[in-house]
Amino acid sequence: MHFGCLSQALAMSAPLKLTLGPLLYFWPRDSVLSFYKEVANWPVDTVYLGETVCSRRRELRLKDWITIGEALQAMGKEVVLSTFELIETDADLRLLQSLVNQSLFRVEANDMSAVSRLAGRIPFIAGPFLNIYNSDTLAFFAEQGATRWVANVELARDGIAAITAETPFSIETEVFAYGRLPLAVSARCFTARYHNLTKDHCEFRCLNYPDGLLVETQDDQSFLVMNGVQTQSAGVHNLLPELAELRAVEATHLRLSPQSRHMAEVVTLFAQTLAGTFNPTWANQELTALMPDAPCNGYWMGKPGITYTEKERVL
Amino acid sequence: MAALSPQATPSSARMRLVCPAGTLPALKVAVDEGADDVYLGFKDQTNARNFAGLNFNDATIREGIAYAHRKGAQVLIALNTYPQPHNWRNWRAAVDRAAEVGADAIIVADAGVLRYACKTHPNLRLHLSVQGSATSHEAINFYYEHFGIHRAVLPRVLAVEQAEKVIARTPVEIEVFGFGSLSIMVEGRCALSSYATGESPNTHGGCSPAKAIRWQTSSAGMESRLGGVLIDRFADNEHPGYPTLCRGRFRVNGDVYYPFEEPTSLNTLELLQPLQAMGVKAIKIEGRQRSPAYVEAVTRVWRAALNHCAAEPQHYHVKPEWQNALAQISEGHQCTLGAYHRPWR
Repeated sequence: MHFGCLSQALAMSAPLKLTLGPLLYFWPRDSVLSFYKEVANWPVDTVYLGETVCSRRRELRLKDWITIGEALQAMGKEVVLSTFELIETDADLRLLQSLVNQSLFRVEANDMSAVSRLAGRIPFIAGPFLNIYNSDTLAFFAEQGATRWVANVELARDGIAAITAETPFSIETEVFAYGRLPLAVSARCFTARYHNLTKDHCEFRCLNYPDGLLVETQDDQSFLVMNGVQTQSAGVHNLLPELAELRAVEATHLRLSPQSRHMAEVVTLFAQTLAGTFNPTWANQELTALMPDAPCNGYWMGKPGITYTEKERVL
Repeated sequence: MAALSPQATPSSARMRLVCPAGTLPALKVAVDEGADDVYLGFKDQTNARNFAGLNFNDATIREGIAYAHRKGAQVLIALNTYPQPHNWRNWRAAVDRAAEVGADAIIVADAGVLRYACKTHPNLRLHLSVQGSATSHEAINFYYEHFGIHRAVLPRVLAVEQAEKVIARTPVEIEVFGFGSLSIMVEGRCALSSYATGESPNTHGGCSPAKAIRWQTSSAGMESRLGGVLIDRFADNEHPGYPTLCRGRFRVNGDVYYPFEEPTSLNTLELLQPLQAMGVKAIKIEGRQRSPAYVEAVTRVWRAALNHCAAEPQHYHVKPEWQNALAQISEGHQCTLGAYHRPWR
């Protein structure tokens, strides 16, 4: 596949929009509130809000997220509420219902329970955990009312290109473009297990790990990160050098996943590079220095996700 | 016998025993030992045990189905991976093939494949695969309303009381895992394998694929690597297990341990009576990648246990010889109740 040169692609297509993904970690209430106060002034078009990982994390309730959302909406942001990645209990279903009942913001559905509440009634965003790997399945979700889909992190550039090329109807395509990758979810809490605690009595230890708890191999390779019931990559997935290719595969939105430090700079680097203000090579060097761990981009290349292939320099 | 006991379970409430078959000999021993259903896959990435030397071609599948039907057993064909962007039509072809060879049901995860099967083969029974990650009655009922699924396999993340609530609120038959390799992550929601190797159950039908494994001896002991990533190191007195990524020994803040799970097998023999009482329709045995000897041993034990549980539910107890037989073939020779038992979490 030929993706053309960067400047040509930037000139030709509609602007790629930036989204801030849902906060995947458990931060203290005040940290969350001050984080989103800053977000109001960041150059992102869309902000996804809400707890998606663990129902025991209750520093913020739905009404708090709605308050944050209203403030962001007043600043011109599109606000989306994201549902749990894993639904287990009646309490999870009740929260899901409250989320669907509110009419201020659209909803990102992250499991079929959420889809069942929204399908045929309210337009929604098909989240990255719905396992849409081909155009036929995407068509099904679009018929249910999905107006945007977030590609599963395993989908490579060529796979996304094949799906968008085969999709005759209009639907927005969002790609996970920056951050530690959410790779797996479990009933077991690994952070609690590390502390010899059970999930039901976890003492909220996730509060101690604002970017997750690092899992290294016995020969010192950063490998994974435990985030409660979720397991993430230790490597930081980064598609900043791939903007031309992202346009070529007809992505419309790029998801940047929050990290505890330097997130404002991360967003700025993406926004200014998209706008053509920053030199992409320079911006990528700056970005790499802000990451909590080494970069990776293997999934985008159709390789093991952990690998990193450096782009030939774009001058 | 069941008919003689006043407490015997009515036949409609008896749980079916669903056994794995990676090969025709495995299918035959499963049927001979009393499996009600045997599940298997084609030799390609349309099923979640896409390993070299396993699975069925049209000839062996026809022979297997004929053998099973002669003895009153049913054959379920697993088409339970996610169709990939460039070749998703292969999954449609596999559905047609399953219908043509006379499968009693197909086990499917993907919504697109379910929709195709339901439209094209309205008489073909559909089972929602565990890879479909449906953990609530609402999710299961969604599949029921859209595709008319007959049965759903619950992911191994739910505790017993949660499974009971699901069963009470769906018209769909519920199948649960009884024995075998234990998935720590929600099935259909785990990309750890592709992160290290480029291939995962969702994309290629296999976790921690054999071709990505490397064994090497170092001064620190025998090492297993997956896609180059060090999964475990074994001392001379340790049995080196298959390097499944989530059963590796890694380091967290200086502590080397199994951060995700020890090498154990799920075994729910102890829970059989409550599972039957709450209305579970079928018990699944994992292990299409295992030998006919494994299938034979497991099927024999579980057939005896299910018969005992159906005939005398009030007096059901786990016999030591069953546990001994299962321990011989369990991963790491250890068993767990997994997520069915809350403290596991």
